[in-house]
Order: sequence, then C-alpha cells, then structure tokens
Amino acid sequence: MSQRNRLATGGRIDRTRPLRFTFNGVSFQGYAGDTLASALIANGVDVLNRSFKYARPRGVVTAGADEPNAIVQLGATEAGQVPNVRATQQALYDGLVAKSTNGWPNVDRDLMGVIGSLGGKFMPPGFYYKTFMSPASAWPKYEQYIRKAAGLGRSPRETDPDIYDHMHHHCDVMVVGAGPSGLAAALAAARSGARVILCDEQEEMGGSLLDSRELIDGKPAAEWAAAVVAELSALPDVLLLPRTTANGYHDHNFVTLHERRTEHLADLAPLANGRRQSRARMHKVRAGRVVLATGTHERPLVYARNDVPGNLVAGAVSTYIRRYGVVPGQRLVLSTSNDHAYRAALDWHDAGREVVAIVDARDKPDGDLVAAARSRNIRIITGSAVIEAQGKKRVTAAVVAAIDIAGFRVKGSTQELACDTIASSGGYSPVVHLAAHTGRRPVWRDDLLGFVSGGVPGQIPAGGVNGRWSLRDAIADGFECGVRAAAETGLTAGTFTLPTVAPVREGKPVALYQVPHTKAAMRAPKQFVDQQNDVTAAGIELATREGFEAIEHVKRYTGLGFGTDQGKLGNINGMAIAARVTQQSIPDVGTTVFRPNYTPITFGAIAGRHCNEFFDPRRYTALHGWHVERGAAFEVVGQWMRPWYFPRGNESMHDAVQRESRAVREGVGILDASTLGKIEIQGKDAREFLNRLYTNAWTKLEPGKCRYGLMCKDDGMVMDDGVTACLAENHFHMTTTTGGAAGVLDWMEMWHQTEWPELEVYFNSTTDHWAAMTVTGPNARKLLTELVDIDMSAEAFGYMDWREAKVAGVPARIFRISFTGELSYEINVQANYAMHVWKALFEKGAKYDLTPYGTETMHVLRAEKGFIIIGQETDGSVTPEDLGMQWCVGYKKPYSWIGRRALTRPDTKRSDRKQLVGLKPLDPQVVLQEGAQIVLDKEIKVPMPMVGHVTSSYFSPNLGHGFALALVKGGSQRIGQTVYLPMADGKIHAAEVVSPVFYDSEGARHHV
Amino acid sequence: MLHIYCPHCDEYREEEEFRPKGEAHIARPADPENTSDEDWGNYLFFRKNPRGLHHEQWFHSAGCRKFFNVTRDTVSYEILETYKPGQQPTVTAESRQAQASAQASNQGAAK
Amino acid sequence: MSEIATFNAHPTVAVRAESPLAFSRVTVATLASAQGAGVCIRERALLGHLILRGKADDAGFRAGVESALGVSLPLKMGPVSRDDGRGVSVQWMSPDEWLIVVPAGEDLATEQRLRAALSGHYAVMQVSGAQTLLELSGPNALEVLKKSAGYDFHPRNFPVGKGISTTLAKSTAVIRRTGDTQWELIIRRSFADYLFRWLLDASEEYGVFVAR
Repeated sequence: MSQRNRLATGGRIDRTRPLRFTFNGVSFQGYAGDTLASALIANGVDVLNRSFKYARPRGVVTAGADEPNAIVQLGATEAGQVPNVRATQQALYDGLVAKSTNGWPNVDRDLMGVIGSLGGKFMPPGFYYKTFMSPASAWPKYEQYIRKAAGLGRSPRETDPDIYDHMHHHCDVMVVGAGPSGLAAALAAARSGARVILCDEQEEMGGSLLDSRELIDGKPAAEWAAAVVAELSALPDVLLLPRTTANGYHDHNFVTLHERRTEHLADLAPLANGRRQSRARMHKVRAGRVVLATGTHERPLVYARNDVPGNLVAGAVSTYIRRYGVVPGQRLVLSTSNDHAYRAALDWHDAGREVVAIVDARDKPDGDLVAAARSRNIRIITGSAVIEAQGKKRVTAAVVAAIDIAGFRVKGSTQELACDTIASSGGYSPVVHLAAHTGRRPVWRDDLLGFVSGGVPGQIPAGGVNGRWSLRDAIADGFECGVRAAAETGLTAGTFTLPTVAPVREGKPVALYQVPHTKAAMRAPKQFVDQQNDVTAAGIELATREGFEAIEHVKRYTGLGFGTDQGKLGNINGMAIAARVTQQSIPDVGTTVFRPNYTPITFGAIAGRHCNEFFDPRRYTALHGWHVERGAAFEVVGQWMRPWYFPRGNESMHDAVQRESRAVREGVGILDASTLGKIEIQGKDAREFLNRLYTNAWTKLEPGKCRYGLMCKDDGMVMDDGVTACLAENHFHMTTTTGGAAGVLDWMEMWHQTEWPELEVYFNSTTDHWAAMTVTGPNARKLLTELVDIDMSAEAFGYMDWREAKVAGVPARIFRISFTGELSYEINVQANYAMHVWKALFEKGAKYDLTPYGTETMHVLRAEKGFIIIGQETDGSVTPEDLGMQWCVGYKKPYSWIGRRALTRPDTKRSDRKQLVGLKPLDPQVVLQEGAQIVLDKEIKVPMPMVGHVTSSYFSPNLGHGFALALVKGGSQRIGQTVYLPMADGKIHAAEVVSPVFYDSEGARHHV
Repeated sequence: MLHIYCPHCDEYREEEEFRPKGEAHIARPADPENTSDEDWGNYLFFRKNPRGLHHEQWFHSAGCRKFFNVTRDTVSYEILETYKPGQQPTVTAESRQAQASAQASNQGAAK
Repeated sequence: MSEIATFNAHPTVAVRAESPLAFSRVTVATLASAQGAGVCIRERALLGHLILRGKADDAGFRAGVESALGVSLPLKMGPVSRDDGRGVSVQWMSPDEWLIVVPAGEDLATEQRLRAALSGHYAVMQVSGAQTLLELSGPNALEVLKKSAGYDFHPRNFPVGKGISTTLAKSTAVIRRTGDTQWELIIRRSFADYLFRWLLDASEEYGVFVAR
C-alpha cells in the first residue's frame, strides 16, 4: 500500500521503521512515530467513522485529545478490546488492529445513513425521546436497534489478562503539559530545587514546539524542547511522565494522572525483563502547586456541511505536515478569523501543495504571517468566510462569500473554490478543564474570546491557557510561573536566562463562531457544532426556541458536549450560537463546567491492583490453614474468612449443618471464635467507663468473672454486645461482635477523648493477639480435663467464670461462657501458639468425635436459644426492651449511661414497637425466608399493614422443625397468635408467635 | 481527596487515613435525666448543615487514633484550621464576616 | 486484689509457634536470591510487641520508661528510638501511645520491668500475637511503598530513622525507614497474608526475592 499523502522528507517519524496495521480489515503501512490518525491520513483514508445520530461519514478533524470523530475500537485480540480510543492520540505499533466504532453494516455503506440523510427535519433534538418513548413498553425493542446503530464501541467479552496499578506521589510543583510554557515552568521550578512532576499526554514531550515554525536561540524549537527534557531527566527529584494525561484535578491540589505504559507497544502489555508490567498506571499526585500548562484547543468555524471528511482545524493541518510528514490533501482552502491560523497555509504551501485561497473574515488582515502568505503569492480573500463545504465522503469545493458578522448575514454573491481540504480557525480556547474540576467556574475574557481559569487556590495557569499565546510569551510566562510555584512552596528561585525567540507580530482576531449562510440556519445544510454528538446550529436554535435558554439546559436537551470528547471543540461555539439567538453575551448564557475525566480512562486503570484477590482484604485467623486442609466452606464476615461449615465427603450444606448442630447438642463441637473483637482495658477508671458504656452494671464484677453486656448509642438503640471479663481490679478484657470490633473501639475513644478525658483508662485492640476456640457440648468438660492443668469441676470453675490455665502446655485464659446453650469453654491463647492447641484438642477429642463447626451451625444453635446477633436481630432501630432484654438494663446505675435517657423518650416507650418473638411455622417442614414481611390477616388485600419481618430462620435438627426469630409490632402481646407471611411466589405461610427461646428455656444444659 | 493536618501528629495526611465524625462541639447535656425530651432530641438528632464555614469532628483512624476538629468551608472545601478537642476555633463564620467588613471599611477609608 | 493481671503467653514446653504468614502462598514469580532483585522481603517473625500508654508530660513516666527500656522515649512523631544491639525499639504512635518491639520471648520481662518502674496512670499491653514485622528493602522498595500508600516517602519528609503509621493498600501498617532503601513494616496478623501478597504482587515487576 502506498502512503500517497506522505512527504518524502520531514516530520518526526522514522521512515526506516515501517509498521503494518489494519483498519476495518484492510492492511496499511505507517512509520514509527505516527499516530493511527496520521498513518490513516498518509494512506488517504478519508472516512474513519459514521456519526452517532445521522450516520454521516466523518474523517479526522484534529491532531489531539479534542478529536470528535476519529474514535476507534482497538484490539487485535478479543481480550484486548478497548473502545473510545482517539486515533489522533494512539501511537502506531506493528500489528495494530483498529475498527470504526460506528457504521452498520460498515462505514462506507451505512444503513442508518439512509435515515440520517433524510435530514434534520426528521431528527431534531429530542427525536428519540419524542418518537420512541411511547408506548414505553416498546422502548426495549427500539433500543436494541438504535444502540446497534449508534455503536459507541464495546467492551471485551473475555477477561483482560493485563494488570494495572496505582502509584502515589508528592511533589512541590506538578506541571501539566510539556509544551513551551510547561517545559519552561518545570525547568524553572526544578532549577529552584523543587520536587517536580511533569506530565504530557503525547508520545513525545514538547507540545507545539514539535511542529513550530519558529526558532529558539536560533535553532528549531524542537531542539530546545529536547535539551530541556534532557536536563530535567537528569535531575533526581524530577519525574517525567510522557503518555500521561492529567485527567482529574481534585481538592487540595490532588491530581490524578493516567499513564499509558504499554499501549504504544502492543495490543496486550508485553513482558519487560521477562516480567509482567502494568498496562496503565494511575498516578495520584499531591502537589504543593499545580502549574496548568495545558495550552489551547483551536475552535473550528461552524459552516454548512463542515463535517464532510476533509474539513480540519487549521492547526491540525500544520501538525500533520510538520510533525508527521503527511499532507491531508492536495488543494487547501483556509477559512480563518485570526493570523495564527495562517501557519496552516504556509506549511501547506511549503510542502509543495496548492493553497487555493486564504479566506479571512477580517477586512484588513495585517501581521507577519499575513505578509509571509502574501510573499508566497497566496490568494487572500478578505471580509469573507467559507459558508459551506461541498462533497459527500470528501470535500470537493468550498463555497465562499463575503459576510457581515455583526448583521449575521451573507453579503453579495457566493463563489465556489474547488479544493479537497478546508482548514478553519475561529480562535483558540484555553484548556481550562482542570481549573473547573473542583467546581470553580471559568471566566470569559473578551480580549481572548475565550474562557480562562476562575482562579483555583494552589493552581497557576501558564502560557496558552493563561492567554499568553505567542511562543515568546508562552515560554516567558512558563518560566515566571515555575519560579512563582517554587517560591510559593518556600524555595528560592534558581538561575536561568530566558531563551531568545524573535517576536511575531499578529493582527487582532475577529469574533466569529457560526458563519452566516445564504439560508437561515434552520433551512441551511447542517452546520455542525458538536460533531461527536451530531449537534447542529439549528438544533441549538431550536432548543432555545423551545425555552432552553441557559447553556446547561441547551446542553442537556441537544446533547452538546455530552460525547466522550466532552465537547472540547463545540462547547464555545454552541454557547456563542445560544448567545446570538437569545441576544445575550456568551458569559450571560452561562459558563460551562467540566468534570473528570478529561479524556476517557479504562476501568482497569481505575481499579489498579485492587481487583480479584485484592479487591477487598481477606482477614484470616491463626487456624485458617487447618480449615482449608479440612475442606471448610467459607463465608466472609466483616472481611474475615470464617468457616461456614465443614462438609464431610459430598455432604450438602444442609446436611453438614444438621450434623454439626446435633454433634454440639449431643457430644462436643469446636468453633474458631478468633474473629470476635477483643479490647484490653486498663486503668483505675476502667470499671466506671464500662458502667457508662454498657447498659448493665459492672461495679460488682469480681476478678475471675465474666458478664454479658449490651451497648446502646445515645439514642437508646442497641449497637453491639459481648462478654467482658474482669481480669483484675483495674483490668478488663472486652469482646465485641466480629463486624463491630473497630467501630466499638473508635466509639470508646470518642467518648473518652471528647466527653470524659478525666477518666483514667486506656484501651487498645487485642483482637489479633488472641486466638479463641469455643469447645462446646455435653462432653466439653471431659475433653478439656484431659488437656488442662486446673480443676474443671463445676464447683471450682462455674458458669460465667474465667480461669488461667495451660492447655496442652500453652498458657490460656479460659472463659466459661456459652453462645450455644451447652456447656462451653472459650479458650484464648496467644495466636502464635493457637495451631498447637487446636491440633492437641483434636488429638484428644477423636474419641468424643470432636466436631468442628462453622458460623451457620453457630447461628442455628444460638437462635434455638433466642440469642440475638447484632445486625441480624438489630438494625439500629431496636432497643434492649424491644429485644426482651430488660434484664440487661441497669436503670439504677448512678451515671446516665449512654442510651439511658433516650429509653424514657415517648417513642422508645411505645407498646406497639417491634419486639423480638419466635415464629413456629404451622408446617414443620417450612423454613421461613429471612426478611419476609409479616401480616396479621390470611386474606391478602392491597394495601395491608405489615407488622414485622423475619430476622433469622433455620431448620433445627434438635427441635425437628423450622423456626424463626422475628421483630413484630407489639410482639410480646401476641404470643399464641397466628401470623401470615405472603411470599413472592404466591404462597402464604402461617406461623405461630412463640417465645424466642426454643430450646432449654431454663438454661439447665449449661449449668452443669 | 482532602489533605488534612493532624494536630496530634503535626503532619499533613491523606484523607483516607481519617474518618469524618460529624459536627463538632456537640456537648452531651450535663444532666440527661433532667433534660427535656425536646432538648434531648435536639442533642441527638439535629445538626447544622451550613453553606460555608463548618466545624467538624474528624478521627485519625489509620494514624494516631485521636479525635480533633476541623474548620472547613463546605463550598470551597478549604480547610482553615484544625485543632484539638477542648479547644475553640479561631476562624468562625462571625470572625470571617467581621474580617470582610473590616476590609470593606478599610477600602472605603482609603478612597 | 491485684490491679492488673499480667500473663505469660509463652509455653514452658516445646511448642511450635506459627507466624501470621505460616500458611501464606507465594503466587508471583520470585527470584532465587537477593542478587539482582529490585525488592527483598523478609519476615522477622515472632518478635515481642507491646503497647505502652501513658502521660508524656509526666517526667516520672518518661524516666521510668527510659530506665526500663534503656532507650529514650520519643515525644513526637519522628525518629524511632532504637538499640539495634539489643533489638529494642520504641516508636511514637500517638501523644499517649508507643509501640515497643523487643526480641522474641522478651515481652513479659519487658512488661514487668516497665511495671516495676512506672506508677500512676499508664498501661502496658502485650500484642506479640497480633502483628508481625516485615523487612522491605532493595532499590525499588520505595516504588512498592508508593504503589501501596499515600504517605510522602521522600527523604525530606521521611528521613532514615522515622516511623509512622498509615494506610497500606486497603489495610494499615506501621512503617519505619531503617536505611536509604530499607524499611520495616509492622502489620496486623489478620491482614498479614493480604498485605504480604499485595507487596509481592506490587514488587513482581522489579524482581522480588523472599527471604525465608
């Protein structure tokens, strides 16, 4: 394949390194240094896409991040598919495979184009809503086809094999953009001793210096860029990040950068030094000062059929010629409102191609670049503009007319100039996106005809974004801002001299956005404002006529700026049109706010390393290895991996739980209880603190004893529970729920630090220090007696006592507490010794068939006893009395403990509060659904009052029937009543309201 | 992502080390049992939600595990000061207003 | 009646102790030796760890701690007090909290020395089973930390000797700088496997050696 638009020499590409690539199934060749867009242009590919709504053929418009049309689907493999890639930013590599994202069945023969060509009359803004939304039931069918036609790219159907990561940074000065001002700022800051990070979204640092016609210190501008980059890269405290887009600017100078580390190399990340490397990296930078050197985006003019391939912004023409050595056509017409765009015509002419004419909207253009054009005998048509492009899949001619800008009308007759390329320039918009991400609105400047930063604390705009547009000014401003940034972080300026750049005299630009046509906008051929979202000038006019006058409303109604390009090219033109139609100024129409991300970013980069096994931390107990070996099924409880049940052979979960439950009631079982929160409390006021924290009294708890306690928030609602042991007079060992551990400790710290700092008490978490094993069942004592060195008799070691002992030689604290209702001992040993003790228990326990059980059996057994679980029976709206736990509330304690006062508020005293009860399904085989709603009437009517819900429900092998705990309005008064539970499948279960204690209500079994 | 100066650690730390704990300077009534239901309800449930300066309590959960207070502008997210429990803010909505009007009158005098 | 119950957690008979990483799998490619490794990770398992609480403005408390431990008591965030010869270090954690690390098995003796030297309002708690110490070193150790935590590890902010506690991945850690390219991480037992394998994963691209 020939590269017919490639120049024989020039550009920054390497003609000795040809690269093959495929676009829409056709094989092409480009060179190292190309972007996909420059390589396609070199090969004369005009149509890259079909437009979103009207399916019009579209080609490349820009050479950067602002590209609305050349959006491709990338990926040679299914797993490597990436949607939404701008061909103008994608480096070419050997074997690259790209497709158009739009076009069905393909870009050259598009079915939707038939509908689209019928024109705007049939598809005005709101077309889809107005046409397809009724009847609403039909929308899914329409949507299927519309989405297919719209085709915004697709995600891969296979798992992405690549890895991604994040990296945090701190620096004094973060410079965004490595063009003339960014490089100057970074250099000035670095020479002042600052820690500097410089990022740039392009493959190569230098920005506009890489295609500049100007000389710096008498040498090509790109050489100065290379020298600055070389100096910076030699400094230890400077980090240079090419291929890195500053995508988000967040509070307090926190900037998120998206570095594409391998996307210029291959479809999937290649190995580096034989090892995996991340494909993309998100950098999270906290900067002392942020220098925004993001430059400008050139605005195209809005004229009829300005979307036909062959219409480009003027600066892009220069970039393709000077940087990539490609000329995007043969014959050029330039339509401009300013001097700067003349460069396109000069570069085109100097590349040996024909400049048909420069059409300048100003009556008397006058400046150095205008003179340069004149000296080349280029025809300049003044006071005029291109009002329409002709051609279908490529420009064939430009229609030019004299215009009256103030009167918004065409003067006199039109003329057609045959050409294949129209470059246009309506001025330059500072890239203020990052200045607006934290909500600060940009400010309009009439002298620049653009928005500049509204001023963000800690942020310094430099160069183009600051309205300093000439190369000479941009460099000077960059140096100044770099010095200022360093000074503001407390450093003193280093030494340097400004490089010499000859001044270029430029004439004043004229404000021109939408170009008048011989027909009114509503009847003229489409004048595109936002090409990616197919928003036209007529559409914006229609929106304002329909009452959407504020620009934020216009945007939402028309879709202006809502594409993946965020309307980088179209927003200002759209505002100018709304302003013209409503006869306001641009800032009166409103300012536009940008949000992260500046350019699309992959989910991989956002997720970084936090996926798969690292998505959420998994916490393990000291006994985890044993559980794994034993084949436990696990459940995640507050990040902990807890054994759920221990299946034997092919046993089902139900069968395993039934077996484990019987084993505890009839023999002996063992539970890894290490995950319970543990807090050690020391200090002479420890007891007083507990009295204030818990609902019950702690004054008389002696060393050697344990007590169950309930904690409320100050609104009287139960927040946590657990057993606390008195180790010594000023020393307590508290346990909390597994999920509540961190919250309870924070809670205690809050009360101690902010309300009661006078109490002499300290607490720290010892959750991970202790491993805890619950040995429970009628044979628990017999088993332990074989392993301990203390008297285990009921007389010597009673219920709710704790004792220090050695278990299998390991020092332990044993707590005789019970969550199963059986004789139980909770053995606590330092976690490093836990496995030894656990295995010793199994050695001696074999003859008792010591059965390991998991959380499910724990739940069944405690529910049989009516013991609550925080977060299951409680939800932040349940008082101790609602749970029937008045016995655990010490109203006589002298201090008004946390929650005490609220329990006498009228609302907490209501008799119809939801209260904890048991439910016994009338059909013994039924296991009610947890969460099921409860009603009082068997006859279902709508609406009907719901009086409660099931909080826990299981099948009990010990009772021989299903049973449940529930919160029911006025439940304690309903014992014996039948209630009903209508299910989603139409069944209605009936259940008797009973006491929540189903098993051994006298507590005889653990008092042995 | 806020950058928060911990007055106990004497260092700036990233927001992810901290937990916000709501409005600061909410004192628990000294004698709850003799506090009216309404006053107790106000203490429990009613909070300011100002547009502008706000005094908040934060907890350095991944650092020193200490509570402290933050004066933060809820519009700009600027943090004007941090201070320890038991201390009072030096920047308040009133002090800011006084400062603004003082500046205005100075400018008036200069003219 | 005693006010505090001290507890000797260590068995007097031979019992195999297991570190929090006893069952952890290494699932990334590792190097066979430290030669050429960008990152080296080594666990210093089963050390004695204690929490000390007390009033920093109490001269008696400070003197008592220093006499019991033989190192100075740091009074603010900054350098960890260490006596590497004896394997003792004391780190400021909070205005009223310090982390003490001593050699394996010396936790109770350390607690007893502190209790003998201190009076009034203070606390000593053993947490030897609750955490473990990892040494992270090598020319790329810094990058691994930067991938894992938002703290500023630049020598200007984090000179050799300093110790902090901060977030690490989605957990937390105590981090101490012991050399230009050497660090100590003290991590919680229950998060140890997650953090150990996180660090390995983040280190893989630099070439990682796990010293066992």
